[in-house]
This record gives sequence, structure tokens and C-alpha cells, in this order.
Amino acid sequence: MSSAKSSSGVEAGLTALAVSLRGVTKAYDNGVMALGPLDLAVRKGEFISLLGPSGCGKSTALRLIAELSAPSSGIVRVARHEGDVLPGHGIGFVFQEPTLMPWTSVRENVRLPLRLAGVPKPEARARADEALASVGLADFADAFPRELSGGMKMRVSLARALVTDPDILLMDEPFAALDEITRFRLNNDLLALWRALGKTVIFVTHSVFESVYLSQRVVVMTARPGRIQADIRIETVEPRGEAFRTSAAYSNYCRNVSAALAPSYSGRSTL
Amino acid sequence: MNAQAAVTAKPSGAQRAMRFVLPVIVFAAGLAAWELVVRIKDIPPYVLPAPSVIFLTLIKDWAVLSQSLATTLLTTLEGFVAASIGGIALALLFNQSKWVEYSLFPYAIVLQVTPVIAIAPLLLIYLEQQTAVVVCAFIVAFFPVLSNTTLGLNSVDRNLAGLFQLYGASPPQTLRFLKLPAALPYILGGLRIAGGLSLIGAVVAEIAAGTAGAGSGLAYRIAESGYRLNIPRMFAALLLLSLAGIVIYGVLALVSHLVLRRWHESALGKEN
Repeated sequence: MSSAKSSSGVEAGLTALAVSLRGVTKAYDNGVMALGPLDLAVRKGEFISLLGPSGCGKSTALRLIAELSAPSSGIVRVARHEGDVLPGHGIGFVFQEPTLMPWTSVRENVRLPLRLAGVPKPEARARADEALASVGLADFADAFPRELSGGMKMRVSLARALVTDPDILLMDEPFAALDEITRFRLNNDLLALWRALGKTVIFVTHSVFESVYLSQRVVVMTARPGRIQADIRIETVEPRGEAFRTSAAYSNYCRNVSAALAPSYSGRSTL
Repeated sequence: MNAQAAVTAKPSGAQRAMRFVLPVIVFAAGLAAWELVVRIKDIPPYVLPAPSVIFLTLIKDWAVLSQSLATTLLTTLEGFVAASIGGIALALLFNQSKWVEYSLFPYAIVLQVTPVIAIAPLLLIYLEQQTAVVVCAFIVAFFPVLSNTTLGLNSVDRNLAGLFQLYGASPPQTLRFLKLPAALPYILGGLRIAGGLSLIGAVVAEIAAGTAGAGSGLAYRIAESGYRLNIPRMFAALLLLSLAGIVIYGVLALVSHLVLRRWHESALGKEN
């Protein structure tokens, strides 16, 4: 299923693809294989989740796409804007931790990517405030990170990822450390932002329920070295909301995804 | 202290006042006992001067002592500034290149573990006296700055470093916006230690220089007064040195608190 989909995606031409990985592997310095070989094609504007047990290389895959590390073999291609020369601007990255600079204000944290790119201060400030407003934190621009709750810090992190107006948003288990109520709210806000902004989102999670709720495609990965176990399309009436979360279709998808995930758990127990 | 605070459920205001009042009471009681013993036993001032005599000497000799105090403070300040700049610069250099760090770090340790009192006479042979004294203050004070700054620069959050890499930050940008702010609490901790140490370095060098027959700092005054059996002035000079050390520490602690109070845990604790 996965191979059929990704090969047809590649044949459709790179123009329609935001990200393509072909035969990508990653080995640690000690020779242990962390990932792959992995083939993955993500269309522009798509919301996909990478789901798998801890240590299966999901985060490694994201770091490869972000060019934070280089693959041991294979090709990673990321579509970029014409004339988009500033590094990193095609990609926004949200880490598992909020990863904010504690020594400066929320606004300065969000402005950082623009500051590094040399965007003039008035424009950068305006764009930072705009990004903060889009995550509902317009009133907290002058606060320091320590004054915010965990969910708000994560929103700041999201605003920072959005401030460069990237085409692709990479999210590495961003809501894993949050309580369930906060996570549900952020899930809904993220979906609203995705619908409004039309970004490509690659979302790493180890929650079956979160992956089914959020994504158009759930890519289930095996235990290390991570490969694609299954590629499951989630089709439902958009926009999604709480009704979807409680529907029979949602439970069915969750059951299917869990079933696809089961072999990697049993495989993991033998390690 | 914390356990005590937890047990006594008293408001912290009274406790804070006691933290200030109790040492003052102890100090006053000690002085009174000292004064009393000297007067009852009729101890001559060249054996043990009474606190009142020391205080009077301080006023009487203020012209000489204040000049010496200024000299010692200036030396300390020069040593401290040199140690701060040198320590931070060297740590930055180490951070840029592992090879430089491997090549030079052992010598920084050698400089640190060799007692400065043993180096001072050598320095006085090769350097002009005032320079030698400053160099001594520098040698004693720079290591804590170096090691703390190195520690701070290496404690940068890994994900933040990844973020800077993602956005293509240049090395100077990474240094300015990420590494230096992240290292700031550590640097300030190092500076706080260095302040007191540069005073020690200055005093040690002054005493070494004093025996060579020159100098006018407070430590020199102590040595000189010792030869002349002017014991009250020895005590008066010692008192000034002690006060200078307290003020240096207090100023640096205050600066550190003001710089970090908005974000760092160490400074936040004090406000609650």
C-alpha cells in the first residue's frame, strides 16, 4: 500500500510534492541502524502523521527533512519556493519541548528566525505579533516564557515556527508533555491553522488517537530500524471537530492503526 | 535554614530581620568582650589593641590608610577586569576550537594550582612592580571565570542549538543570541568568585612586593606596621581589607541579581 502510493506520488512529479524521501537510511556513529530504508512522499498541503514506538526513528526522519542531520544513504528532497534563499525558511520546526529562550520575551522568541535572517526590526516585530495573534497569544508578547503555562509555551513555539511563513511544518511530538484537555484544544487549533494557512504538516506522535484525529494520512512505522509498516488514509467530513472524535468511523480508524502498530510492539519486546 | 523556616510557621519578615540582627548582636558582644578584657587585664596596645583604639587609629591614620585602600582597590579592579576579559575570551576561544582547548587547558590548571604566593617573587623580578601585582590578581581570579564560562557555553540547550542551525544562524549570531545569554548565569557566578579572589591576589602580591621594599597598598601597610610594632594600624588596615571584600562581593551579587532577576531560577528564588 505504501510503496504503491509513494511511487505514484513520485511519478506525479516533484512539483506536487513537498517532501520526498527515497531509500533513506540513517546509522548511528556506532553502526546501529536507526532508520530505514525509508520511502516517503508527502504532497503539498498534506497533513501526515508519523506514528511508531519510541526509538523507531520518527524524530530522526524529521531531523533529516529539516537538514539538521544528513542521511547515511538515500535522497531527501524538500520543495522550496523559487528565490527562497534564506536557509530554513521553507521549514518550521516544533520540538517536543517548547525550546524557548528563557532570557528574553515571548515576542523576541518569536522574532528570532527573522532576526537571524536579517529582517528589519519593525517588520520583524509586526510579523512576530501577527504570528502570536494567530495562536491566540497577542496579549502575552511582553511576557517571559517562565510566566506562561505549558500549553501557552507550546503555542509560542508554534508561532515561532509559523513566523517565517514556511511551506512545511515539522512537529516532533509537540503535545506529548501536555495534559489531555490542553492537548485536545491545541489539536483543534492546529487543525484550524492548517486549514487556514494550507501548510504541509508532518506530525510525529506516539498517540494513535492523536494521529487519527489530526491527519489525512497516518504512516505507521516499525521498531528500529524504522521502516514504513502501513500507510493509512483517514477520510472523513472536513472540518473535523469533536463530533469526529466520538464517531464510529474514528474508532474504526483507531482500531486499524493500532492493529498496524501491533507487530512493531511485539517486535520491540524481543529486543 | 530552609528546614528551620518550614518548622517555625512565623512570617518571614521577622525571620529576615533576625538574620540581620543576630550577627550584629554577636559582633557587638564580641567587641564589648574584647574591649573589656583589654581594659581589665591592662594589655598594652602593641600586644592587643582595644577596638576603641583601633577605631581611633583608623580615624587618625585615615590619610595614609585611605590612600593605601585606593591603591589596593585599584589593583583589585585591574586584576578583576583582566581576569574577567581574559577568562571569558579564553573560554570563547576554547569553545570555538577543541584543539585550542586541548592544547591550553592543562596550563590554565597549572597556573591555578600553583600557589600565587610562590609565583609573586618571580613576577616581581621580571615585571614592574605595579604590573606584577595586577598579574598576580589576574592569575588567582581568572580560572573561576574561565571554567564557569566554559561550563556555561557547553550547557546550551541542544534543541535551541538545533533551531539556530535550522535557521542558518552564523557562528557570531549563535554566540551573541544563544551561547552568551545561556552562559550568563554561569559567567556571573564565576565573576562573583573572581571579585574576592582578585583582592586576595592583590594582597598576596603586595605582601611579597612589600618585603622587597616598595609599595603602598593596604597589605603593604599591614606588613610595614608589623615591623614597626604599630599593631593598632595593622588591625585598622585589616578591617578595611575585610570591608573591601564584603563590598566587592555585595556589589557583584547585586549586579548578578539585577541581570538575572527576570528569568533565571537563582534570582527568582530570592523574590518569593
